[in-house]
Amino acid sequence: MDPIVVLTIFTLSIFVGFEVVSKVSTTLHTPLMSGANAIHGIILFGAIMVADKSTTTLATSLSVAAIVLATINMVGGFVVTDRMLEMFKGKGGKK
Amino acid sequence: MNSTLYSLLGLAVAVSFIMALKGLSAPKTARRGNLIGAVGATVATVMVFFAPSKEAHHNTALIIGAIAFGVIVGVPAARKVQMTQMPQLVALFNGVGGGAAALVSIVEYLHAEGSSVGVAAKIATVFTVVVGSISFSGSVITFLKLQEIMTTRPVVFPGGRFVIAATLAGTLGTAVYLVGHYEKTTALLVLGFLSLAFGILFVLPVGGADVPIVISLLNAFTGLTVAAGGYVLDSTLLIVAGTLVGASGTILTRLMAAAMGRSLFGTLFGAFTAKPQAATGAAEARPVKSASPDDVAILLNYAQRVVIVPGFGLAVAQAQHTVRELADLLAAKGVDVAYGIHPVAGRMPGHMNVLLAEANVPYEQLVEMDEVNPTFPQTDVVLVVGANDVVNPAAKTTPGCPIYGMPILDVAQAGNVIFLKRSMRPGFAGIENELLYDAKTSLLFGDAKESLTKVVNALKNL
Repeated sequence: MDPIVVLTIFTLSIFVGFEVVSKVSTTLHTPLMSGANAIHGIILFGAIMVADKSTTTLATSLSVAAIVLATINMVGGFVVTDRMLEMFKGKGGKK
Repeated sequence: MNSTLYSLLGLAVAVSFIMALKGLSAPKTARRGNLIGAVGATVATVMVFFAPSKEAHHNTALIIGAIAFGVIVGVPAARKVQMTQMPQLVALFNGVGGGAAALVSIVEYLHAEGSSVGVAAKIATVFTVVVGSISFSGSVITFLKLQEIMTTRPVVFPGGRFVIAATLAGTLGTAVYLVGHYEKTTALLVLGFLSLAFGILFVLPVGGADVPIVISLLNAFTGLTVAAGGYVLDSTLLIVAGTLVGASGTILTRLMAAAMGRSLFGTLFGAFTAKPQAATGAAEARPVKSASPDDVAILLNYAQRVVIVPGFGLAVAQAQHTVRELADLLAAKGVDVAYGIHPVAGRMPGHMNVLLAEANVPYEQLVEMDEVNPTFPQTDVVLVVGANDVVNPAAKTTPGCPIYGMPILDVAQAGNVIFLKRSMRPGFAGIENELLYDAKTSLLFGDAKESLTKVVNALKNL
């Protein structure tokens, strides 16, 4: 990829990241952190990519380990965030 | 899969993550936002199997098996964890994500032919290995601290600063060497180990109260690691998703630090400035006033206004339902009841809100610190349930103590203060609380849930 294109994507993503969370209330700090934590579990996508082209034992075992860790991060992250938010249910209308 | 379609799907996933973060920042849309993110992540995981590629696929069965294994480990952990242990679980999930990102870059580096790796890709690889490893080992230490497997106090040893500085210098030196040379084995291994060591040394001197900030910071680190991994793998999706988490995580860390009255810099570089503290003098046996559940019930019964200040002890005792019962009972008797919520009460910002929401406490009874503080002079009784540091006046009066400068709930302004405590042990930050010895303070010792149940029963019999 052209480094300038990468830099552009990177810079714009920073601004989007700043913007979307700048008005979060204290109540949601923990679930938001946990949700963002689940999102970086997307490294699973990269782990599968490298596992798919691994041919040596070393590369295969490292990438399989990466897949296991990334899956725990992603799936566990979304589930635990949902559990936190479940407790806010039925409150939406009252606020 | 057609490569245009593949790229468009990747774009859709990136958008779903933006919508997820946006949704998560407002109470009404939070749960839906999380769901949108989960759907996006699932789409990404499936589509990668159909990546447009001329090369043969390898290890497909192994990959699916590894995902299944990860699900089997991750889901039950997330479902079964107690509310009190949520923070350390999030820390662990974050750590394994950082570890995964470091492994991914290492594998990609192993695949590459020496001459074909550009300088930018080498920098990105080295960055991923360093920051991913720091995130991994640092998160493990935060887990051990929060689980109280190791001490929650800052761990500082003589010469610690120099050890940390040397580790950092070694890490940076190896990193620079690897950018200049292509070497698959030794140097990469050394880099990984040095980074892991630095992660441990970096978190050890952080005091208990600052741990949530560090978790949030490491979360942002992992995001950036994933973004750098995306550059190594030539994946726009990873770059966007990782950067989003890195940026939003940084903002979140700053917001948390602000809520605790900490400078981010101070927390971050505490490792370099912390000095070994002389052990504080043996705790002298000073008289405290203890109260029986009946005394507390009477005091509450004749109060006009009661503020309940919940803390980690409430979470430990799982007393959120009992405290609600007490509040309802008082409200039925015409007492004005509110909960004074300190932003960092518990082990994570917003911990108390989540806990009390579970017990269906009406949202409008939860009053944030800035709003509740001016009302304390008109408050007859403050019931502190398992909180300590967030009401400790030392934050105002004792310069140099670990929580100095943190905004606190001014409960000393109220007519009476009742502490529900298990023992005289100081709070998470490990500082003595002068308020316990104050004339208007009484203490009801015991498990918060049992004490509250006794008070509720006494109140019913009045």
